[in-house]
Parts: sequence; C-alpha cells; structure tokens
Amino acid sequence: MLLRLGLASAWNRRYTLMLTLLSVALAVTLLLGVERLRHATKAAFAQSISGTDLVIGARSSPVQLVLYAVFRLGEATNNLRWSSYESISQLPMVAWSIPLSLGDSHRGFPVLGTTAAYFTHYRHGAAKSLFLIEGRPFATHFEAVLGAEVAARLGYRLGDRIILSHGAGDFSLGEHADKPFVVVGILSPTGTPVDRTVHVSLASIEAIHLDWVAGAPIPGLTIPPEQVSKFDLQPKTITAVLVGLKNRAAVFRVQRQINEFAAEPLLAVLPGVALDELWQVVGLVEKILLLVSALVVVIGLAGLVAVVLASLNERRRELAILRSVGASLPQILALLLIEGILLTICGALLGFALLSSLGVVFAPMLESRLGLSLALALPNSQEMKLLGMVVLTGAMSSLIPALQAYRLALADGLNPR
Amino acid sequence: MTHACHLDNLQFAWPGQAVCLSIDHAAVDCSEQVFLHGPSGCGKSTLLALLGGILQPQAGRIEIFGTSLARLSGRQRDRFRVDHMGFIFQQFNLIPYLDVLANVLLPCHFSAQRAGQAAARDGSAKASAMKLLAIMGLEGKLLSRPANQLSAGQQQRVAAARALIGQPALLIADEPTSALDSEHQQNFLDLLQAECRRLGSSLIFVSHDQRLAGRFDRAISLPGINRVSPLGQGA
Repeated sequence: MLLRLGLASAWNRRYTLMLTLLSVALAVTLLLGVERLRHATKAAFAQSISGTDLVIGARSSPVQLVLYAVFRLGEATNNLRWSSYESISQLPMVAWSIPLSLGDSHRGFPVLGTTAAYFTHYRHGAAKSLFLIEGRPFATHFEAVLGAEVAARLGYRLGDRIILSHGAGDFSLGEHADKPFVVVGILSPTGTPVDRTVHVSLASIEAIHLDWVAGAPIPGLTIPPEQVSKFDLQPKTITAVLVGLKNRAAVFRVQRQINEFAAEPLLAVLPGVALDELWQVVGLVEKILLLVSALVVVIGLAGLVAVVLASLNERRRELAILRSVGASLPQILALLLIEGILLTICGALLGFALLSSLGVVFAPMLESRLGLSLALALPNSQEMKLLGMVVLTGAMSSLIPALQAYRLALADGLNPR
Repeated sequence: MTHACHLDNLQFAWPGQAVCLSIDHAAVDCSEQVFLHGPSGCGKSTLLALLGGILQPQAGRIEIFGTSLARLSGRQRDRFRVDHMGFIFQQFNLIPYLDVLANVLLPCHFSAQRAGQAAARDGSAKASAMKLLAIMGLEGKLLSRPANQLSAGQQQRVAAARALIGQPALLIADEPTSALDSEHQQNFLDLLQAECRRLGSSLIFVSHDQRLAGRFDRAISLPGINRVSPLGQGA
C-alpha cells in the first residue's frame, strides 16, 4: 500500500520529479563522461605510438628521445650513424626497423625523413596502422605525404607544391626554395603527432642538403633537382630508429644490447615506459579533470537535495493527512527515502544510458579528430564505484528532506496547514 | 464505566514557550456528542493533537477508552490512533491525487482493525466505503474522480466518510464546517451526527461558532476548563 501511495504521489509530482531525475542523470553523464575522457586521453597519450618495441637514438635522456622521436618536438642533440642503423636492423631479433630523420620543417610543422617501412609498420592507438585518405606513399625524391592536420590547416591538396625550411619550428634558418616538394598523399587523422608531420623520403632529405654544409647553403654552389640522382643519397646519419621485435619477450635483451653498442653511445627505450614518465609531467591535466568530475557530482547532488527540499513544502499537507489516517513516522520517512533512492538509481541509469547514446553519436568523431577511443562499454569497476557513490550520496541527501519532514510532522501536529 | 476520553491534570507547552494548556479534568462519555468551543488561538487544535497522540503533554494523563496514551510507544500511538479515531479537519482533508474511493479507504490500509470492522459490517471495506459515501450523497462517477476536483462541501463529506469507515469509537472534528456555507453546514452536520449515532461513536466537535452548540449532548468551553490563557499564541 505504501508503495502504491508513493507511486501515486510521485506520479502526481511527475514534472518536478522528472526535472530532478534529469539533473541527476546529467550529473552522472557528466561525471562518467569526464571520467571516460580522462581515461581515453591518458590511453591515447600512452598509445601515441604502439607496436613499436624500442625507440633508439643517440644517448640522451629517455624522455628527450621520446619527445623528438615520437612527438617530433625539440631537437636531437646528437644523431646516430647510418652504419649503426644498419647493424641494428640486422640484429637477429629485429623484425622491422624504421629510420627517422628530423631537423627540417614546413611552416612550423616538422618534416620527417623516413622510408616506406614507416607506412607499413607504424602503429598508434590499439594497433591501428596509418591510412592514406588520398594519394599514395612517397615513391621518389621530392614527394611528400602530409599528416591530416598539416593538410587541413594549410589547405593543401594532392599536387600542391610545398617548400621545406631548414631547422625546426617557425623560426626558419633558410629555405630549400630551389627544391619544392609535391604533395602525393594525405593521411587520415590519428590524434597523434603523425597528424602534424610532413613525411618525405630519407633520400629527399639528403638531396635538399646536398648543396648545404653546416646548416647553411654553400655559396656559389647550386645543384638543380634534376641532377640530384647523380649523387649518393644514402644518409650518413639519422635522428632515431623505431624497432619492432620478432618476439616481445626479448625486448630487455635487445635494449641492453643496444645500450652497450660498441661503435657509438646509443640509447634504447621502451616507448610505453617513457610515455608514462612523460605523462607524469603533463598529468596535471588529469588531476584538473578529476577535480572537474568531483565538482560536477557535488553540483548534481546539491541540485537533487534542493529539488527534494523544495518539493517537501508541496508535500507537507499530504504527509500530515497520511499521519492523520494512521501512517506512522517511520512509514513517512520510508516513503521519502525510497523515493529519493529510486530517483537517484533511475537518474544514474538514465545518465549512463545518455552517456552511452552520446558515445555512439560522438565516438566516431572523437576517434577521428582527437584519436580518443570511447568504446561503448558497461561501467567498469571504477565507474561502478562512482555510480555507487552517487546513489549513496543521493540516498543520504534524501535523508535531509526526510528528517525535515519528521520535524515538520511533529510541529504540524495533526492539522494540515 | 470507561470514558471515551479522559484528561487528568494535563499540562502542555510548545517547545520553548509558556504553558498553553492546563486542564484539571475533562471527560467525554462513550457515544456522547460533545461541542468544544472557544475563540481561535485558544488551543483547540493543540488539544486535539494531544488527544490524537501526535503531541505529548509535559504532565498529566490522557486516556482514550481506558488506554493511557503516555504508556504507548510512538508506533503504538500511531496504530492506536488509526484503530480508534477518525479525524475531520477544516480543509485539506483529502490526498488530492487519489480518487474519492481511495481516500475513504485510506484508514483501512493502515488499520487492520478498521478494515475488519468495515468488512464485518458491510461485507467488504470497499462496500462499506461506498455505502458511507452514498449516505453522504456521493455516488456514481464521483467516486472515481480525483479528490481535488470536488467542491468544498463534497470534500468535507468524503472526509466524513473516511473518518467514519470501520467504526472508530471516537470521531474528532476540527472546525469541519467553517469552510461551508450555512445550508451545507446544516446538511453536513445532520449526516455526521446521524451516522455517529448509528455507529455508536463518540464525537468531539470543535468550533468557534456557538450557534451550533444546541445540536450536541453537551458543550465544553475550552477557555472555561483551561487554567491558562494562551491567546495570542498559535493554536
């Protein structure tokens, strides 16, 4: 009977309750949404590069190596010799290797010299490979494949000619104006540093520097593009190497082998470990997001208490009538508590449903634009804990109006006013 | 013989305020219809809340049909109230979102005793409710209407039917007619008093309208039996 009364009463106040439900649902959606974004951001960061077992460069710090080899930020203090690269790629455990050569830029975007292996073996996110939405990989000299952001920001299409600058970043040390590149391919967005990169062949990098020495053009010497093939375009040095192993279990053995490389001092790092280290640095973002989720919940539940308290005055008369026809105080409290708890549970479920449907709508966009993967999933144990906390707090906050009702019931006596 | 209601040396004060009720002795006999009057603010509603066991006196004794309310726990008082008493207030008696019939049946849901007595008399609680409503002149489609769609007079008659269902031995009516015009007032009182007489229930009828006093077995003036004068304070 009490339940039926409660339902009839709730139905009578359905519009107010719907608003309350909605505010709880929105709070839950925001909370879980921010939580999921937080995790997705962290995951995306940790998977800026995946499938690569070791990143190798001249000896420096692991974070610095990852910064320039993966994020293409800053500059390498030293390069490694081509001969070292060849020895590394011939190690028995090495399945594939991608040489990377950095140092030039195009309008602020880094230019990466590499080989066709880059398009075959480079992975990001959950082992996703690079995909050309337009064109093809570079095949010969002076061809460039653009990352999605480069193409979008600068408005480049296939066939456009671009001129590379010497030196990284916006601050250019001189232009390779005599040897323009043709855009032959554009990559799909990955949400990783690849989007900001102009990819060219290693040989092209050599070619544009043929008539340069020590970072400046050699006065009086120009080699026209048609003639570069006559020269040896094998690079003498490269910036870094990405390596995939035949067997991941061997990673520490190979790492030690490279760190003890005899010919020159090298450094091999596990990208995951270095990325984690780097995340510690940028982890402030994560903490701020956590704070935001906490605030969202507090606001949502404060709304819940406010709405229930406001509707209590509306119900004061009803509760007094129930008292006069025999409802006991515990029954009245139960009525309010059950309503509050049901409301929060329904709000939590609705919020989760809302999040899931938003996820379905926006996941593809987030995936392609930002490289964040928001998989449609049942709440994981941590989210369950959060939901549990919301319901618990909701129940506790419906205790406030219940106690208020108790006080009013005593003060009102029998006579409903 | 046990009284329907018996007060001894009663003292009551609202928290933090001076004593507003101090009654040496008062009693209502079984089946007696008593008119309790006094100006508004003299403590009538407070006295009724005390009789109903919603409020507890600081001193003195209240016995309803020989049971001392002070000896009961809060829960037992709630049960005792619904088992033995029916209430009618000046207004806002009904739960607006329940229909007329459901409103009348409310006490039967909270009291097995009331439900049993109603069933024993008329076959079922529902039959009893419909019979009482018919006596009060409410029939047919009206019964399934939400209570807030009824006129004030109709609402008071529904409230009377609800107070009477399952034959509570004591009916407490707190200014039930003040919101009605005089014609409806007479009609309502006729029905209420006749039904109380038929069921053998005692009636405590509270009003500030002295003209009604003649209809009752006995009239009690609250200021007459209250040794303090709480006027100026809330009722």
